[in-house]
Formats: sequence, C-alpha cells, structure tokens
Amino acid sequence: MAVAFDEMNIAGGDLRPAYRELARWLKETPPEALEYRRQEAELLFRRIGITFAVYGDSESTERLIPFDVIPRIMSGKEWALLEKGLKQRVRALNMFLRDIYHGRDILRAEIVPGDLIFQNPVFRPEMNGQQVPHDVYVHIAGIDIVRVDAEDFIVLEDNARTPSGVSYMLENREIMMRLFPDLFARHKVAPVERYPDELLAALRSVAPLSASSEPTVALLTPGVYNSAYYEHSFLADKLGIELVEGRDLIVKNNEVFMRTTEGLKRVDVIYRRVDDDFLDPLTFRPDSVLGVPGLMSAYAAGNITLANAVGTGIADDKAIYSYMPDIVKFYLGEEPILKNVPTWRCREPKDLAYVLDNLSELVVKEVHGSGGYGMLIGPAATKATIEAFRDKLKREPEGFIAQPTLALSTCPTCTASGLAPRHVDLRPFVLTGSKSTTIVPGGLTRVALKEGSLVVNSSQGGGTKDTWILDE
Amino acid sequence: MLSRTAENLYWLARYVERAEYLARTIDATLRVTALPAAYIGKTNEWDSALLTAGVAASFYQAYEEANEHNVVEYLSFSPNNPSSIRNCIEAARLNSRSVRTALTSEMWDTINSAWIELQAVWSKGTSTREDLAKFLRFVQETSLRFDGSAYRTMLRNDAYWFSRMGVHLERADNTARILDVKYHVLLPEEEHVGGPLDFYQWSSILRSVSALTAYHWVYRETLKPWLIADLLILNDTLPRSLASCYGNLVRNLDQIGVAYGRQGPAQRHARGIRNRLEHSNMNDIFQHGVHEFIQEFITDNSRLGEIITKQYLI
Repeated sequence: MAVAFDEMNIAGGDLRPAYRELARWLKETPPEALEYRRQEAELLFRRIGITFAVYGDSESTERLIPFDVIPRIMSGKEWALLEKGLKQRVRALNMFLRDIYHGRDILRAEIVPGDLIFQNPVFRPEMNGQQVPHDVYVHIAGIDIVRVDAEDFIVLEDNARTPSGVSYMLENREIMMRLFPDLFARHKVAPVERYPDELLAALRSVAPLSASSEPTVALLTPGVYNSAYYEHSFLADKLGIELVEGRDLIVKNNEVFMRTTEGLKRVDVIYRRVDDDFLDPLTFRPDSVLGVPGLMSAYAAGNITLANAVGTGIADDKAIYSYMPDIVKFYLGEEPILKNVPTWRCREPKDLAYVLDNLSELVVKEVHGSGGYGMLIGPAATKATIEAFRDKLKREPEGFIAQPTLALSTCPTCTASGLAPRHVDLRPFVLTGSKSTTIVPGGLTRVALKEGSLVVNSSQGGGTKDTWILDE
Repeated sequence: MLSRTAENLYWLARYVERAEYLARTIDATLRVTALPAAYIGKTNEWDSALLTAGVAASFYQAYEEANEHNVVEYLSFSPNNPSSIRNCIEAARLNSRSVRTALTSEMWDTINSAWIELQAVWSKGTSTREDLAKFLRFVQETSLRFDGSAYRTMLRNDAYWFSRMGVHLERADNTARILDVKYHVLLPEEEHVGGPLDFYQWSSILRSVSALTAYHWVYRETLKPWLIADLLILNDTLPRSLASCYGNLVRNLDQIGVAYGRQGPAQRHARGIRNRLEHSNMNDIFQHGVHEFIQEFITDNSRLGEIITKQYLI
C-alpha cells in the first residue's frame, strides 16, 4: 500500500496552508497542556452523557466515543468543491428514487439492471406510485467521503436511510470552543450551529398538504436502548420537537396522532430514526414493537410525511453504489464531481473471478451491511479469515462487492506516544427541503485511532474530531 | 406534552424522593440501634425499618434475620429489591434519559452524576459505618440537588407540575408509612410510660422525616406523642406532613387543570383528601383510631396515584 496522503504535512517537510496556524500553536503549547485539555474533554463528554451503546457488549453498555482534540482542517476552496459535489450527488439520489418508484426510465435505458432493484430486500413495493411531498425522498443524507490525495474527494458510501453522527459534529464543536478559545481566535472557522434550524426548516417545508400552516414535527426513536438514542434526544431538544416512541403514536382515520396529557394531537412530519422494517407492524415486520400500526396507510393517504421516505435504502445499497456515476450522468447530464471508489460487483462472474484471485489486497463488503461489520480488509486479514471469506463469497457472490484498499488520508492525532498521523474519513450532512439543499460547512470526521487501521467506525474503536472549514 | 414524558417525570421524582426517604430511614435506625438496649427496649428496629419501607415480605424471602448488615444491604444496594436505593437511582437515570428533552441540564447533571458516582464509588456497597454514613449523605444530597435544580431551573408548566406531584405523592406515602408502623408508640394511653424508651422512638420518627428541630420550633415543648402525630399529619407548615403534601398536590393539580382548561377526577379526589385533613383534629383522629385513619389515608393516596395515571399518563 502506498504511503497515505497527510492533510497537514507534505512529504519533504512543508505544511499545507490550512494547517499553518495550527502547527504554530502546537509548537507553542506544551504537551502537558494538551493532555490536560484532552482529559477535560473526556470528562465533559461523560457528564453531558454523550454515549453510545455497543450491541453485544455486556461489560459496559454505554461507552464514550473517543474524541481527539486536534481539529481536522480544510480550506474554504476545498469545501466549495466538496459542497458542489455533495449537492449534485444528493440531487441525483432523490431523482433516482423518484424514478424507481414511478416511471423507471433508468431501468428502461438499461443503466441499472432491474433485478438489482426488484430482488433487493430494501426495495419497497409499497412505495410504487406513492407521491411524496416535493419529490424529496432523502431529506437527510450522510455521504461518507475519503481522500487519497490533495485533489480528489471520493465517496465511500451514501447513507440515505437514517444516517447518524450529526450530534457529534455539533457537540465536538461546542467542546472545542469551550476548551480551545485561543485556537479559535487564531482561525476563521465556519460555524456549524445552524444545523438544527436548517433541519427543522427542511422538515417543515415538506409537510403534507393536509397539515395546518404550523405543521407539527416529531422525532421517532426506537427508544433509550438504541445505540444512537443520545443523538435522538439531543436533536429533538435542539429542534424543539417532541421525541416520540412508537407507543406514543396512534393512527386514526389515516391520520397520525400523539398521546399527550391533553388528549390526542395530530402529527404532520415524522423525522424517523427507526428503520423501514420496524415502522409499521401491519405492513412490515409484524413482530415490531417499535413502530406504529397503520402508519403506512396514513402515509399512503398523504397525511404524514416521513423523513427520510420509506424505501430509500435502494439508493444507498452498496450494489447500487457502483452505478452512481452513471446515475448522476443519466439524471443531470453532468459529470460527477465526486469520484466513486472503483468497485467490483461480485454478482458479475468476471468481477468475482478477479476478486477471488486478489482477496488479500481488496476490501470486501456485504452489500447490505453497515457499521463496519461483516467486512474483510484483505491486507490486514489472516490467511484463515481470507479463506473463510472466500467460501462465503462463493456461496453468495451477489451479497458482496469489492474495492481496492484505499490509502485513506491521515491527520495528526493525539496518541500515547505524542502526535502521529491516523487515517480519517468525513461524513457531511446534506439537508434537502422543498426549495433548497443545504449543508453546514464540515461534518463528522471519524478517525481510526489504532496505528495503521483503516476502520473508522465507532463500533470498531474509531474516534471523532472536530472538522474546521476555514472561511478565507 | 406527551403522556409518556409526563409519566417519566412523575416517576423520576418519585424515585428520587424514595431514595432519600430510604436513606433517612437507615440513618434514623442506625442512631436508635446504637443506643444501649435499656433505652430502646426489645423491639427490632431493623425489622420496623423494613416495614416502613414496605419491603418486609420480600426481604424475608431472601434473608433469615433482620439485622443491620442484611437490612442495610437490602435497602441500599440489593439488585433484588426493586426499590433499593441503587435501583431507585438507576430507574431515575433511565427515566431521565428517556425524557432528557423535558429536563433542564442541571437536573440531568444531578441524576447522571449520581448514577456515575453510584457505579464508580458504591458499586461494591459499603464496608464500614463511616462509608455507610458517606453513602447516605450522598443520597440525601442528590435528592436535595435534584429538588433544588428543579425548583430553580424548570419552567413553571405542566412538566414541573407533574414532577412535583410525584414528589408529594411519594412523600405523603412515606410519612404515612412511618406513622403506620410506629403508631403504637404514639398512642396516648402509653403516654404514662414516658420513659427514655419512648423518647428515643419518638425522636427517631422525627429524624426520619427531618423534623426533629422543626418540632421544637413549632411546639416549644418536650416530645409528646400526640404533638408528633399532629405535626406529621395535620401541620401544613411541615413540608413532609400529610397536610402539606396534599396542599401541594391540590395546587399542582389545579395548575394543570387551569392550563388544560379542564378538571377531572384527580382534582376532585385530591381535594376530598385535603378537605378531610383540614377538618380533622388530633382528638377526633385518636378517637377514631390513628391506625385506621392512617390505613385509610394510604389507600386514598395510592388511589390518587391510579387516578392521575388514568387521567394523564396513559
């Protein structure tokens, strides 16, 4: 694997311009002072209760995501390009979904094979012909971006279902501003605090026609035991909306109501953090206790907006991912600004043969997996793991895709032995309402804290950083 | 507000109040049992601590004997006792987590810090008297901080009133339970005993509702059983008296009624109990039987809990 691109240090000793001030500050700041503030940050996180649950981990069910106090910095110019690319990508995702559940032009044009849609468990036939307000399907998208050099941004993954992590983006900034006011005084960092306002505006803009002029928005959570529960309560609080569970909602005459101390109150828009499968036991999984019986019929009647819409999984599926450059071109007639990682589709015999021959160099992912579970990182895996994976692949090739192992860019990070480069990715959050698509500058930077590791997922020992976009 | 949110706030306040009450009960019992046997007689004070906590039956399923070690363990730390102090704090934290948006950051911080301390410092229980004293102080301070931050930081709306209702309902229940277990030492016919034995029993009752000093301020008298009963039942200047709890419950329910533009059975039931307390005097209560009076009150009080739940919380 090639030496990774470092976002601060250029080989040969020079600094990239965005990091000059930070480097100066680091030189002036004694390591003990940095360590002291690092500990203080951890204490703050624990007191505020910013924790997440790790499934299958009985020892400590609530854990902190490690926070690295060294910010990740990008120039305003870099951001402008990224922002343009993100908006383009999300526009295409929305048009693709509208098409898949209506006219299906893209299938007729044979850009995307039909069986990839219709045989896909995340395709929702219930959505065929269903109108969604303003044709917005993906109101909140989390697009995972990586870099391998100074020029390009590459999309690693589109998250069009219920992307999480935005609370960390906001809290990381709060804590950084509290702990490092001096560092902020020396930089012009674009603010992120507008996010909750923009989210609320986007959600209200897509209220159904039958809603009053002051639509009621609620956030639907699976409950306190969900790993992202902190984020759900955090967002509900910032948006000033009710945080509801399935049992708080009831459907009557195809309208959705919440049970309040003053009786039933109509809800118009649900920002749902519950997966499709659990939304409505009458339509999807009958054993779901997280959902609301009848929700889908209220949805079909056009009396409730769900954000994101049902069935968006078909757009962020890893098998569809490989077609994204063509999807962008098909709907927008533009060249994609953000690149894709070259992807081998194991469902295609030619690609499968290549993948099987080169397992030790590739990253193989489950088409429907997420959270870094169930994937093989060839260069880091033992022979036995690779062989076990080979059997899995042969048994069910259509369940996997493979990509080259990318040398993800690195950023300076606090480690036990001082500052050292660690691999990072970035998840910006793209909001789409009836009129506009907005992105607060930055996003959530995730960092693989183990030396050499490429897995940034919090469930696998990753941490986070504050992301600074310089306002030049 | 969401019914579930109101329910969580109400129970959150009850759990915190209960934890404090248990801590006070243990504290008061420790003081009495430290006295030489001649001063307290042959009663098993640890057994009556269990009775006032309402967990005697389940205790004896797990333990043979009600002694200091067993009872402190059961009331404070036992995972098997659903209303042990530890379980109360854990339940309070869980409730807080599910209604975080309805709590002020100060209230959340109080409960979350208490929960963190419970795990970090008290996960193995206490091994010495000194440790135990520290633990009991920690529990009482948590409750004071919680109450104080609710009082100082919450908006005066239904969230606040539901939370206050939890406090007063739980408090009334606790005070009534002490009276229920100890009523026999308050009976006037035993007045002539009047020896040191009763004195320590009486002061212990007052201590468990933090009213020992208050007693002297109110009556400027030596401890007299009927005055103690009067203080705990009818004197509405004492925050833990039944009369005071019901004054507050009626006020909170009325505030909710005004805000929602509607009264219901909860308001009527609470007012009924309050009126009975207002129109009683200790003579009548003793004539009618303290025990019967208290029993009736406990039933009425838990009935109010059920009515509130039905009217607002489900």
